[in-house]
Amino acid sequence: MRGLTWGYVARRLGMYVFTLWLSATIMFFIPRLSGDPVEGMVARITMQSGHVAGGEELIAAWRERFGLDDPLFVQYLTYLRNMLTFDFGYSLANFPTEVNSLIGRAVPWTLGLLTVATVLSFVLGTVIGALLAWRRTPRLLRVLMPLSLTFTAIPFYILGILLIYLFVFTLRLFPVSGGYRSGLTPDAFDPAFVNSVIQHGTLPALSIVVASMGVWALGMRGMMITVEGEDYLTLANAKGLRPGRILFQYQIRNAMLPQVTALVLGLGGLVGGTVLVEYLFGYPGTGALLYQAITNADFTLIQGIVFILILTTVTAVLIIDLVYPLLDPRITYERR
Amino acid sequence: MTGDQNVLRVRDLRVHYGTGRGDIIAVNGVSFDVRAGETLGLVGESGSGKSTTAMALLRLVSPPGRIVGGTVMLHGEDLLAADERTLRRRRWSEVSLIPQGSMNSLNPVLRVGDQIVDVIRTHEGRARGAALTERVTGLLETVGLPPRVMRLYPHELSGGMKQRACIAMAIALSPSLIIADEPTSALDVVVQRVVARTLMEVKDRLNSSMILIGHDMALQAHLVDRIAVMYAGNIVEIGPVAEIFRDPRHPYTRHLIASVPSIHRRKPIVPSELRFPDHGRGTLLSRGRQMSSRRRPVDLYEVSPGHFAARADDETWAVTEEDPTHA
Repeated sequence: MRGLTWGYVARRLGMYVFTLWLSATIMFFIPRLSGDPVEGMVARITMQSGHVAGGEELIAAWRERFGLDDPLFVQYLTYLRNMLTFDFGYSLANFPTEVNSLIGRAVPWTLGLLTVATVLSFVLGTVIGALLAWRRTPRLLRVLMPLSLTFTAIPFYILGILLIYLFVFTLRLFPVSGGYRSGLTPDAFDPAFVNSVIQHGTLPALSIVVASMGVWALGMRGMMITVEGEDYLTLANAKGLRPGRILFQYQIRNAMLPQVTALVLGLGGLVGGTVLVEYLFGYPGTGALLYQAITNADFTLIQGIVFILILTTVTAVLIIDLVYPLLDPRITYERR
Repeated sequence: MTGDQNVLRVRDLRVHYGTGRGDIIAVNGVSFDVRAGETLGLVGESGSGKSTTAMALLRLVSPPGRIVGGTVMLHGEDLLAADERTLRRRRWSEVSLIPQGSMNSLNPVLRVGDQIVDVIRTHEGRARGAALTERVTGLLETVGLPPRVMRLYPHELSGGMKQRACIAMAIALSPSLIIADEPTSALDVVVQRVVARTLMEVKDRLNSSMILIGHDMALQAHLVDRIAVMYAGNIVEIGPVAEIFRDPRHPYTRHLIASVPSIHRRKPIVPSELRFPDHGRGTLLSRGRQMSSRRRPVDLYEVSPGHFAARADDETWAVTEEDPTHA
């Protein structure tokens, strides 16, 4: 690939592994600073139900079960091996459900919802931003577009509440919560199920799109104006090129570069979900799962989700670094 | 010089820059002709309005600047009155530009070849790939660049190569007029001479006319047929290059010529004692009064056939001896 060298790819992969190891290690030690999770959990159960028979024995049994009696470095090595093989063990709060199956169930929902919402808001926002800065944009659009961006000032969870009030309780157009109508079995090939998923996903997606596209639009507009002042744009006009060609090949292509970086980074962090939106709409994604895990002090589940999150973010950054020379020929990784 | 027909006829061209407090007059009713095949030098210091004049010829003055009046007749057609479509077609096919900042004048994300193909495709329609490649290679060869440059990106070229690529682009459609806005000012002296020579060679080959903008009188003396001297938005002297150097009439022209370094004797640096017209009030017009109070263009008188100059004894153009601090 142009601009890439094997040496660079090797170094970059080395950094990738190092980053993963470092964050996994931090994630191993931090919970152990906050006291014994098993004791904490038994204490909580005791508080909730008033009394737990044989509390001490329970603690000892669980400590053994989770390997918490082993010396620290044995625990650490076991932990690393588990992370490497994506074996996150059992959920503490939902024993004996495995963390993997909890995450596995939640990830498709979040990925589906957020990929659609993010890409949509990226495309809309970038187009609006480009048109806001373009000199030939019709006047009507120039007036309307900034209005559509005022929603950006509203936090998306408040926007979500407004949408629920308007479309669910007043107009009764959309279902109130969940990922699909209860009673249906998840089946990607069942039209009724797919339809239900789209219906349930519309409002959460809408609240994210409307709230976040303004950020994309403002960024794009700023870059468009910067590029507008560049000499190569003046020359493009002097060349008598068609306005459309100047807009796309000269102005937008240069203005897009920072937008793309932000998009890929954003996509990398998607797996974590948006806790507030998912919580608000009762959406069965990783954001809601993470929220539950934190309220339940479900360490293994938190570890699992955070590790997947780190993995996808670091991978996204790696992908940007490897793909960027294709977008911007000035960036090259050859050593000079 | 071939024939006496004018390719370009500029009359009373006015460009203002809007500011919060009124308009700055950048070009104050400039008139000049460019004859077929000739090179006209447009000289003057920074801010004299020479680049703004050049951009106005192509209607490329960008806000807050605007063309307030005048005509730019290209082969008898007024470009300032032309509709967008006509204007777009005349650009580059009739009048091309070698920009001032050629370092940043190439689109960083497109290959050099594609940026040349751009103009050919736009103005001449679809062309076959192989023929196009051959044509672009030919253009690059004309300006002394190897064919591989076609596939390179602008950042992979040196300053001199970028400037040559810009020249290749400017001659791609064999325009009747090339506007070269300080085409060599960003280059070092050695490369300057080589690029300037290339420029004149390709210009002669195409038999195009050229407006060469610059402030280097020594370079101009070698390259141009006639010189127009600009000062504070006005052409204060215009005439054949030899005549101007032999008998400069306007004090500013004399300063420019005196500023050419000599290897024979050490010269003191002579700061220009000229002050801007309006006695330090600048050329700002108050808002709302632009039309009524705009300044008259400077009157030129004929020194000898084809050599015109502004009267320097006129109050506005007085060379003052007084200390500028208590002006």
